[in-house]
Amino acid sequence: MELREKAKQLLESGDVKAVLGFEPGTGGVRRPAFARSAAQAEKLVFDGEQNLASYVTHKEVKRLGRLALVARPDTLRALLQLMGERQLKEGDVLPLVLEDGQVRELTDAQAIEEYLALTAKELPAQDRELLERLGGMTRQERWDFWQKELSRCIKCYACRSSCPMCYCEHCTMDCNRPQWVPVPSHALGNLEYHMVRAMHLAGRCVECGDCGRACPVGIPIHLLTFNAEESVHAQFGQRAGASAKLDYAMSTFRPDDKETFIR
Amino acid sequence: MTDTFEPKITAFVCNWCTYAGADLTGTSRIKYQSNVRVLRLPCTGRIDFMLLAKAFARGADGIIISGCHPNDCHYTSGNYHARRRWMIYRNLMDFMGIDTARITFSWVSAAEGAKWAELVNEVTTGIRAMGPYTEYQELANAGVE
Repeated sequence: MELREKAKQLLESGDVKAVLGFEPGTGGVRRPAFARSAAQAEKLVFDGEQNLASYVTHKEVKRLGRLALVARPDTLRALLQLMGERQLKEGDVLPLVLEDGQVRELTDAQAIEEYLALTAKELPAQDRELLERLGGMTRQERWDFWQKELSRCIKCYACRSSCPMCYCEHCTMDCNRPQWVPVPSHALGNLEYHMVRAMHLAGRCVECGDCGRACPVGIPIHLLTFNAEESVHAQFGQRAGASAKLDYAMSTFRPDDKETFIR
Repeated sequence: MTDTFEPKITAFVCNWCTYAGADLTGTSRIKYQSNVRVLRLPCTGRIDFMLLAKAFARGADGIIISGCHPNDCHYTSGNYHARRRWMIYRNLMDFMGIDTARITFSWVSAAEGAKWAELVNEVTTGIRAMGPYTEYQELANAGVE
């Protein structure tokens, strides 16, 4: 069944109250769109870049009722992680995935987990290249690279808004008594902001890369959260978004965690 | 005033082991270099990763982080949580180009007064050779805070 047909069917049967997908925007871009009636479902398309899981924790979206949403593997991982963090109930969302040109519903967390188990996870070639280049640099070169990149940051917080895992109502960035991270976008504030963001996403980042895509000045900030997430995987052997059970690496420990730098 | 560089070293230590250990160094009359500023916190688990960044921004040239040995935490597991945090944060700092050689992690128990003196001496000598961490301090001076 095609997406539009499926959306119509779901909305008419009352199974879901809204379908979240994409619609054609200006200049050939795809923008997220909510369809709340069969007539509105006519505009829906599947192929957008955004991770739509970032919408499901919004209060105004929750108020709509049960939501079906167009999902990529990254979106599914984000949904599982949100379920694990008790931000989302299993029945609150109905992810729709494309399989051989057909739209398929993933009705529960188990179905999502099974679907993900069959999907290979791979970083885009562009990111891999840049990571390799950074890995070959000396510390000083890496410092210069990030200082140059971060100097363009205007602290618009688009990375925070686009992230499905950044759902805190009171973000530490907005905390001003005491002022933990300087507000203006100067060198120190920018560095500290991105440091905090990466650390708060360590063990939780599903590596969708939406923060990097959302950045209006094109800083590869997603690599920072990828780094934190990858070092969690390398050292503790777990990944965010693998199951709907909470498995947060930074809130637990093993007495035999191996490090090499503590004297 | 001499024009030789004297490093500023910030030490974040836990109340129960390293702070008591440093106390023992003093009561044992062991002399060590005076470049270290000790900040006492309840537990290594309390040491937020941002405290390190803040120390560098406020002019520290080196940082020591020290607490109870694994299995000896006063709060049972604070140092285990801290260890995990440093395992991730250290990699991230290195990835961002921050000089992790300026940060020393250590376990010093309340009985290891001599180890504390040795640690401080070693770190001070190391940082003295590295010179001031102007790269990071310049960031702080470049903008308002």
